[in-house]
Amino acid sequence: MKSPEPTPLIRLRGITKTFGEGSAAFQALKGVDLDVAKGEFVAIMGPSGSGKSTAMNIIGCLDSPSSGTYEYHGTHVEKLSRRQRALLRRNFLGFVFQGFNLLARTSALENVELPLIYRGASTSERHSAGRAALEQVGLAGWEDHTPAELSGGQQQRVALARAIITQPSVLLADEPTGNLDSRTSREVMDLIAALNRDHGITVLMVTHEPDMADYARRIVRFVDGQVESDHRRQENG
Amino acid sequence: MLWNTLILALRAIHRNLMRSLLTMLGVVIGVAAVITMVTLGNGATLSVTRQIASMGSNLIIVIPGQGFGPGAGAAPNFKSADAEAIRNQIGTIDLVAPATAKAVTAVYQASNWNTRVTGTTNDYFQAGNWELAAGRTFSETEERAGKTVCVLGESVRNKLFGQGNPVGAEIRIKQFACEVIGLLKAKGQSAMGQDQDDAIVMPLRTVQRRLTGSQDVNQITATARAGASIESTKVALTALMRERRNISDTEEDNFRVMDTRQIAETLTGTTRILTMLLGMVAAVSLLVGGIGIMNIMLVSVTERTREIGIRLAIGALEGEVLLQFLIEAVVLSSLGGLVGIVVAAAGSVVIAGIMGIPYVFEPTINLLSFVFSSAIGVIFGYFPARRAARLDPIEALRHE
Ligand SMILES: Nc1ncnc2c1ncn2[C@@H]1O[C@H](COP(=O)(O)OP(=O)(O)O)[C@@H](O)[C@H]1O
Ligand SMILES: [Mg+2]
Repeated sequence: MKSPEPTPLIRLRGITKTFGEGSAAFQALKGVDLDVAKGEFVAIMGPSGSGKSTAMNIIGCLDSPSSGTYEYHGTHVEKLSRRQRALLRRNFLGFVFQGFNLLARTSALENVELPLIYRGASTSERHSAGRAALEQVGLAGWEDHTPAELSGGQQQRVALARAIITQPSVLLADEPTGNLDSRTSREVMDLIAALNRDHGITVLMVTHEPDMADYARRIVRFVDGQVESDHRRQENG
Repeated sequence: MLWNTLILALRAIHRNLMRSLLTMLGVVIGVAAVITMVTLGNGATLSVTRQIASMGSNLIIVIPGQGFGPGAGAAPNFKSADAEAIRNQIGTIDLVAPATAKAVTAVYQASNWNTRVTGTTNDYFQAGNWELAAGRTFSETEERAGKTVCVLGESVRNKLFGQGNPVGAEIRIKQFACEVIGLLKAKGQSAMGQDQDDAIVMPLRTVQRRLTGSQDVNQITATARAGASIESTKVALTALMRERRNISDTEEDNFRVMDTRQIAETLTGTTRILTMLLGMVAAVSLLVGGIGIMNIMLVSVTERTREIGIRLAIGALEGEVLLQFLIEAVVLSSLGGLVGIVVAAAGSVVIAGIMGIPYVFEPTINLLSFVFSSAIGVIFGYFPARRAARLDPIEALRHE
């Protein structure tokens, strides 16, 4: 196991997460330590229920840990207010979910533009950036289609375009190919790998499938709410 | 931020068109119902008030019997001499118009019409606020000699002459011919719903001699002098009539003396009940509208919670999400309110037309029901959204 880089972008120490209270309490994370450096492509694997999503949500500031410390770029996230965590999401993080989470009855372009609206971009800026992002994921010409009119692979690519339109530092993807067939899975993975390789975006991705994990250069295995193993792989083709 | 949020809100309204329309519908129903009901109630009240105002405030009506209206009891009628006595013996009395009425058929050429002839004096026109559209009223000789002359109400003119000028023509009533000397200006329906213009007026003596065959008078209409006390005039009038009708101290009056205020009270009492009923119907409509809005909002709360989760995940601040939903609710509710006001105005005009009452636009009730219904829309649109926006994003995303 190689030692992590001196100043990691993400540093988790002793993170725990307990759901429920009293006798119904369930500890989903039991002290997770994890460092992720800028520009890394990390695949998180492990059995179902091992706490992968819980960890991802905490890293993504969608959820808060019960205890432990989480530093993002040296900032202690667990001490931030709701509003500050929202700003962190807005400015540095991009999400791709297994269930796509697009707005229904809303065109692909409007879905992709949404994060820019919250950043206060002008209409023309939004439109051109939105079109560019859709083109980047290979959906030029599909701007006016609503999610219902798109295939699963296309929906996930819209979600990907939405995640990268703000040029985030970190892309968090929780089983992005979980609902896709193997061919469209590859298309989506190729795009994610390109973002990591060409734009230096740090990628954390949860996956069950070894084929998808092969895209990553580091594989972290979760078992029973803890990190069981952490492998860096040799560069391969 | 406000501009962008406005865009987001308008997009959301457009996107969920059905939901938006249903929400609006709730507000429209609430606003329209309340405004229409109250407007009609006000119109009915105003129509009664106008009736009463047209009678003049110093009017005193004396009728035989104790009831209000014709055929009240078997009390004897008045005589022409009673009216003379009132005129001569009560100082505060100005006009006195004894009147007797008879149902007749009026004929002109090929047209005939069943109506009422009122026999009275010139004072009748002045006391009843009648104005002439053409011709003249009775001359002194015509009244004294009981000449066969008559003044027509607008409805009678219409039935017999169409739009033609009746003055100078001769109509037939029973066995005698009668010269039309005047035409009255139209007054429309009375507060009781009768057509006041369906009338022929002749000198009292003519009617007594040729139609009723007696010196009887059914009703005496009088007015008090300007500035005189109505109350003391009524007291004096009552005393005089008791004496003339030989009523002993232990007996009740067998006639009634009413002033405008008493008549007004009888009539407005009826409209007050009507207005109250309308108000109750309106309140129920408002409630139904409110429940409609609430239902739509609660049904869509799951979808909206997930939507809020998505927005929070991709970088929206709680405040921005709330502002968007607030704008959405305000836009929908006020749009619904405006539509409701327009619907109410159109509906009120039509219904008021059918009911024959005036349409009165009252800003207060428009504003009030607008604010109230809109508030329901905003409350039920905004508060579920607020609950969702306060969740952790992941909880909102998971909501089902
Ligand atoms: N909101 C929640 N409330 C209660 N239990 C939860 C909640 N979220 C996750 N869990 C539990 O925590 C454990 C880890 O869940 P998760 O992180 O989703 O696992 P996975 O590795 O499959 O993504 C599971 O046993 C799950 O049932
Ligand atoms: Mg999971």
